[in-house]
Amino acid sequence: MSTILVIAEQRRQELRPISLELLGAAQSIRQPGDEVVVAVLAKSPDRFVPALSLAGVDEIVTVGTEAEEFDPEIFESAVTALMAARRPTIVLVGHSVDSFGYAAALAARQNCGFGSDVFRVDRIDGEMVATRGGYGQKVCVEVDFPGRDTVLLAIRANVFKPPDGSTNPKVSAFAAPATVSRSTAKEFIELAAGDDVDMTAAEFILTVGRGIGEEAKIPEFRALADAIGATLGCSRPIADAGWLPKSRQVGQSGKTASACKLYIAMGVSGAIQHLAGMKHVSTIVAVNSDAEASIFGVAKYGIVGDVFEIAEELRRHF
Amino acid sequence: MKIMVAVKQVAALDEDFKIRADGRDVVDEYLIRDLNEWDDFSLEEAVKIKEATGDPVEVIAVTVGPEDADDSLRKCLAKGADRALRVWDDLIEGSDPIAIARILAAVARREAPDMLFAGVQSSDHSFAATGIATAAFLDWPHAAVVSLLNYVPGAKTATLRRELEGGLLHEVEVCCPAVLTIQLGINTPRYASLRSIKQAAAKAIESLSLSDLKLSAADVGEAGSRSRVRRMYVPDKGRAELIEGDVGVQAKRLAEIIKEYKGQAA
Repeated sequence: MSTILVIAEQRRQELRPISLELLGAAQSIRQPGDEVVVAVLAKSPDRFVPALSLAGVDEIVTVGTEAEEFDPEIFESAVTALMAARRPTIVLVGHSVDSFGYAAALAARQNCGFGSDVFRVDRIDGEMVATRGGYGQKVCVEVDFPGRDTVLLAIRANVFKPPDGSTNPKVSAFAAPATVSRSTAKEFIELAAGDDVDMTAAEFILTVGRGIGEEAKIPEFRALADAIGATLGCSRPIADAGWLPKSRQVGQSGKTASACKLYIAMGVSGAIQHLAGMKHVSTIVAVNSDAEASIFGVAKYGIVGDVFEIAEELRRHF
Repeated sequence: MKIMVAVKQVAALDEDFKIRADGRDVVDEYLIRDLNEWDDFSLEEAVKIKEATGDPVEVIAVTVGPEDADDSLRKCLAKGADRALRVWDDLIEGSDPIAIARILAAVARREAPDMLFAGVQSSDHSFAATGIATAAFLDWPHAAVVSLLNYVPGAKTATLRRELEGGLLHEVEVCCPAVLTIQLGINTPRYASLRSIKQAAAKAIESLSLSDLKLSAADVGEAGSRSRVRRMYVPDKGRAELIEGDVGVQAKRLAEIIKEYKGQAA
């Protein structure tokens, strides 16, 4: 029997969605006889027990920590202690901002296999094989971990589905070792809205990306968005450059196009961080001059061509 | 005082490319090299801090890579780095981020900077691991995905904001020296002037070997890594239905899709 240890993620008293997705990933990896143990680290971790009591979870380990919120050193030492106590063969964490802060440190100090941004896990001839993207997601890369007893995998968000149904797993408490962190968490700050647009509520979005080339092109696409009745959004480089306010950025660190039904991406290459905010939309149309752009991998319709020419022609129809 | 900036020369695929005969990477000639996008921001952050500090601050750009990675180091020199240092040995080939971090940590021990920056991730393989693993080998405090930084070289602490998912920021104070991974958008990277590009071309790039760093074959390459590439392949092209035809035909079809969505007759 071997143990799959899942590290749940919480922030401001709420479980993050990735926590449940990791349970789904554990379900897809588990073999007969394996046990799935999920650990939740928080000042008062018991509150998360009901939400984690999903089908396939054999045990929930509550780990009380000094800090209310994520701290890289406290997390690393607690997970290290959990790994020593439970000897898991697989440890699953999210490929998330919190995990960016400690997973690689954990891997460096523990003698374990390590793969990040993993979106598929298989066992081939008994060996664990993790698949991730390479060269800007244009190829898939299979990695393995020869000779490792434990493998730590950081799993990509929005890939695995949470398990259906609930259960009554065993619940146990684990005492995290006392750790003095060299970081002090201060406060959370909501990013100031740049304007009053709410991308999460928009049902029809026209997004512009790096492919539009220069700030001077923004008014043209704003006019197009107005003409077709879409909300104008953008990918990260456009917001970082200040061409559009941050509130219009769709993606992992921006907004999720939660209510969107039609999404037209013009000159957006489709970085994984952007896809995280829109790939669920039922009708995505991608317009890009690069036929190899990753955005075509999630789009329903694709137009390989010049975004300015398409925009100009499209304008004639409205 | 000194800030070390770990940089990577990344590779992007040419329009057409071939997978190597052993199936584990792309044939080298189809790779287009450049300085990692994130590193442009971390270098700029270091140079900005240097310019804002009264006392002298040295910015040193460090990379692990073969000789052609000098191109990226020269870019760093042109944009304000004072020194550039490259580590290479053929044994390093096949290293994962953990093995690369072990090398960077060895450089940091030798250079003893007051602060170490790395990009959040690289645009080619997006591990988001090297910087924080380097911190572990150094046993330094660390913070990932920094989108705002207040740091005065020599200070005992730095205050920063971590950029979380969904537009939320988390303010953290961290003891120094520390390793920080820098996010896109933290600043506006400068363009190198023609004059500085010329000056950079004439500057020497220091090089270090594994033995200079007291590292052995077991520390790097596949032996020093925590994962091994088994196979690389091109995924199925996805499900996009391509709208063919000339611009007029394409735009007309797109207009129809929009009108169908809006419930109007096309």
